[in-house]
Amino acid sequence: MISKLINRKIFTLLKVQYSNMLEYRVEIALWAISGIIPFFMLNIWTNNNLNESINISDVMLSRYFLCAFFVRQFSVVWVVFSFEEDSLMGKVSPYLIQPLNPFFRYFAQHLAEQITRFPFALIIAFFFFIFNPESIWIPNLSILFLSIVSTFLSFLIQFLIQSIVACLCFWTEKASSIERLLFIPTLFLSGLLAPVVSFPAYVKSWIYLTPFPYLIDFPANLLSGNETNISGGLSMQILWILLLFPLFKKIWSEGTKKYTAMGS
Amino acid sequence: MNLRKYLKVYKKFLHTSLASELEYKTNILVDLITAVLSLIGSIFLLSIFFQNNGSIGGWEFEQALIIQSIYTILNGITNTWFNPNLTEIVKHIREGTLDFVLLKPIDSQFFISLKKINPSGFLEIMLGFFLLLFCIRINQINLNLSFLTLSLITLSCSICILYSLWFFISTTTIWFVKTWNAIEVLRSFLYIGRFPLNSFSFSLRIFFSVFIPIAFITTIPSEVFLGLSQLWKILLEIIVTTVFLITSRKFWLFALKFYSSASS
Repeated sequence: MISKLINRKIFTLLKVQYSNMLEYRVEIALWAISGIIPFFMLNIWTNNNLNESINISDVMLSRYFLCAFFVRQFSVVWVVFSFEEDSLMGKVSPYLIQPLNPFFRYFAQHLAEQITRFPFALIIAFFFFIFNPESIWIPNLSILFLSIVSTFLSFLIQFLIQSIVACLCFWTEKASSIERLLFIPTLFLSGLLAPVVSFPAYVKSWIYLTPFPYLIDFPANLLSGNETNISGGLSMQILWILLLFPLFKKIWSEGTKKYTAMGS
Repeated sequence: MNLRKYLKVYKKFLHTSLASELEYKTNILVDLITAVLSLIGSIFLLSIFFQNNGSIGGWEFEQALIIQSIYTILNGITNTWFNPNLTEIVKHIREGTLDFVLLKPIDSQFFISLKKINPSGFLEIMLGFFLLLFCIRINQINLNLSFLTLSLITLSCSICILYSLWFFISTTTIWFVKTWNAIEVLRSFLYIGRFPLNSFSFSLRIFFSVFIPIAFITTIPSEVFLGLSQLWKILLEIIVTTVFLITSRKFWLFALKFYSSASS
């Protein structure tokens, strides 16, 4: 009974958000295009033969960066920006009355956006293969399944981190600058611009303890067939989610107690 | 005199926007840390590229740092002036407040391009200049008058090109209403400005000098600093700048003919 109710809620939310997202197709297409930085990086790597020193062939590296592009496409999170706007505009108050945590709404929004984005990402991948026909490969089903799971886990980690930052809106009003700060290590350490294997030893010694390499490097390596520790990576992802979730719940309950609607 | 009037108006702009921005003091501190971390991140990435290679596209590490510093300065300028103002155009058009701007007895382009200022970008500009000074020392560049004028000319040309690009994209808002993501695409392309143009493959080099002249924005000023630049390149940059400035102005005036205010 209860699970049926939850199912219906989630289904309705997804349907509403999906039709909402379909209205902004051009927007989402442009957004997908703005994620092509990994391809420029690939160009620098292969054009200067930088990959020789890390023992990754051109083909494997191009697959890596293609997968990094894909993982990034499906783990983009912007909940803090939506939440900040809603909280500055006072839209959070009606959400709080509803018997549903408003973050479910944002969560459905993100999922719907990913579904809308999927065809555009495929088109970009298609063009990538036209320019690099030698890098076409078909991952086997179990690897494909595992990498979809790990991409989703990476999305969850980022969603949780941003939701925690978003809850800071209850205290500071402008939390997006903190998100921009957190984005810098995500950008440079997650493997979007350079695979983590290529990092110098003094960084590699501690980076696997942070969540960053599990955001893009791990799923991308898994999908592209580069060497990686599958069970270790997945368990680290789950561990981070288990750590972040109670933190989010705590900060959410503290924040809603602190919340005063705009104009009161 | 006209110029005096504009100066006076600009002083008022500065006053009001600084006053409103300084309300969020912690934000400025967070932005400073972000700028510092982002610079560290970029240098870290460069060092990965150079860890097994003496040069990339004919540029040594010390020389590539100059590009980095010029990029940082330009990025600071973007964050101080272009970003806060030109994203405001989107808001003006969506909410129909552009009417009020057009009614004012002042040039509309001047008003929307310089109305706001974001002081945290200053810190980034300063960081860029410090890095540039450091680069001048480690590359043993002799400072003389002709060199200083040339570098000043190329730098201001870069700023003008950058401004035109931003302004051009923001102007398209008049037709498309929501162009946040077009700006994101521009941003991701500009990201390439951190690396020497020669490190890319031939086709990308053509793309980045003809369609989006990122080559002119950072590579040519850096070449001037190193004394590598030929005269024709500098002349070409001046011509490109003039073309860009004039076209973006004409485009704005053209686009205004299509502006029909909100809900009409």
